[in-house]
Amino acid sequence: MATKLLMKGNEALAEAAIRAGLKAYFGYPITPQSELLEYLVRELPKRGGAILQAESEIASINMVYGAAATGERVMTSTSSPGFSLMQEGISYIACAELPCLLVNVMRGGPGLGTIQPGQCDYFQAVKGGGHGDYRMIVLAPGSVQEMADFVYLGFDLADKYRIPVLILTDGALGQMMEMVEFPEYDIEAHLVDHSSWATTGKKKGSERHIITSLFLDPEILENVNLHLQKKYDTIREKEVRYEAVMTDDADFIVVAYGLSARVSHKAIEMGRQEGMKVGLLRPQTLFPFPSEQLNALADHVNGILVVEMSAGQMVEDVRLSVNGKVPVEFYGRMGGMIPAPEEILNEINRFYSQKLIEETF
Amino acid sequence: MTNRNEGIQCEILDRMDIVWERPPALLDVKMHYCPGCGHSVVHKVLMEVIEELDIQDKTIGIAPVGCAVLAYDYLDIDMQEAAHGRATAVATGIKRVRPDRIVFTYQGDGDLAAIGTAETIHTVNRGEQIVIVFINNGIYGMTGGQMAPTTLPGMKTTTSPDGRDVESQGHPLKIADMIALLPGAYYVTRQSVTSAKGVRKLKKALLSAFQYQIERKPGTSFIEVVSNCPAGWKMTPIEANRWLKEEMLKYYPLGDLKTPDT
Repeated sequence: MATKLLMKGNEALAEAAIRAGLKAYFGYPITPQSELLEYLVRELPKRGGAILQAESEIASINMVYGAAATGERVMTSTSSPGFSLMQEGISYIACAELPCLLVNVMRGGPGLGTIQPGQCDYFQAVKGGGHGDYRMIVLAPGSVQEMADFVYLGFDLADKYRIPVLILTDGALGQMMEMVEFPEYDIEAHLVDHSSWATTGKKKGSERHIITSLFLDPEILENVNLHLQKKYDTIREKEVRYEAVMTDDADFIVVAYGLSARVSHKAIEMGRQEGMKVGLLRPQTLFPFPSEQLNALADHVNGILVVEMSAGQMVEDVRLSVNGKVPVEFYGRMGGMIPAPEEILNEINRFYSQKLIEETF
Repeated sequence: MTNRNEGIQCEILDRMDIVWERPPALLDVKMHYCPGCGHSVVHKVLMEVIEELDIQDKTIGIAPVGCAVLAYDYLDIDMQEAAHGRATAVATGIKRVRPDRIVFTYQGDGDLAAIGTAETIHTVNRGEQIVIVFINNGIYGMTGGQMAPTTLPGMKTTTSPDGRDVESQGHPLKIADMIALLPGAYYVTRQSVTSAKGVRKLKKALLSAFQYQIERKPGTSFIEVVSNCPAGWKMTPIEANRWLKEEMLKYYPLGDLKTPDT
């Protein structure tokens, strides 16, 4: 039976991971996501998984590499500076095609920055992050409920495509408490048979399994890359997820993900009350990005506002998606500051005033 | 190079004549190691041990960046390549989800005692039940002969062309001695492969280490092998072995540093 609980985002994510069949977690404390590690230390060992507080994020991600290469469901979580430390390991994981779940509960940067929420690791998450041509599937939850839901989805996608899946969220969603419902989830029905490649000991009479990202022959390495790119194309084609709010009749839309989408949602409701036909498109997958959907919307709207808690990162992908069809404006706050709905409404108002001026003259 | 044994032909007349044989678990392929290099000997002994203990079907090896990163081309077991320095973290990940498997790492000195020092120390400090095989030849072989954390004082490398100056470049790290101080270390020993007797001793040490893991003894087994690098040292294999005995072993004396009863 489904269970409904009042929980912090970080804890909901941890609980969902256990319910999704998590076999091992490796992590290092960092604010604002330490609840994940603390929750799992309490819960995971008695529910069939292993947990280890590593000596660093570098060690954590390499423990994930080793454990994921046995074919089990494993994960790590961290926040921005720790995620930077993991990039080399993620590149190896992507090349060796190991399924695993990663979580970055973002905080304001650069540098040590702040422990307040941020969205300034978008580029790092969706463009690769480490060295080499690789991608991760990047899921961006917008509520505590999605913090849980995207864990099941994340593990399923990781297993299906043999790819690292990242839940990209922020300190506010990690810390806020909301009601969350945990659905029935039959682990066995979701597990994928990885015995054809996993390293669990060479079976007698069969070939050994090798997990590697080393291909010294450039022709072979190019083929490895072509294989990865083909996989990413399939993901672009099949795994785009987004939420569209009041976009059908909209003549202007806001594009935002995660926490800034929640604030934007409030702003467009306020705009609607003032008679503005404004909508919201909230990407739930940042890679793959809902480019086609945005491009189609651009045929029906006069402008787009992108709201982020960054200096403007996702806005580049929105501009690439609409390809000059309509103006794309940006509004962002940085350093751990969260925009207020009124600030976003002001930006929307600015667009409508501008349009009025254009129509008048 | 001088002293190359050219033109020697071997003919096996009868199995009774066989004094050296490749263990079947060591694949019959051409190795990339330089002439005289100790890696091939250690690989052979390692696979003999894995065969004798009958653990080939449940052993997972980890080969991180270094000359032996391609060890998986030679060892007929499941293997994982690892990032530079991270082999023991990778091993920890495997062992924590599959405690019933036998896990070992095979690391060089740059990997284990420079870039991977934190992982090495914390893995042993946690007493992970794995075997760490540490090849110490005092130099970075794969990248072309640069100074390693274990390079001897005064020793010439491409990045210490006038010889290692300990005042500006630090001292050679006796990491096995440090490891032996950790409560999580179960068995720590330093061996070498420059003589037949040394090879037999190394094999005995490896047998013990893997046996401890099979018996789930509490703690990590750490086997340092003082090895050579004729190409990196710019010596013939014979000169290299002589220099190893005369110079390396003075700084890195052979023997057990920690045994289960100490």
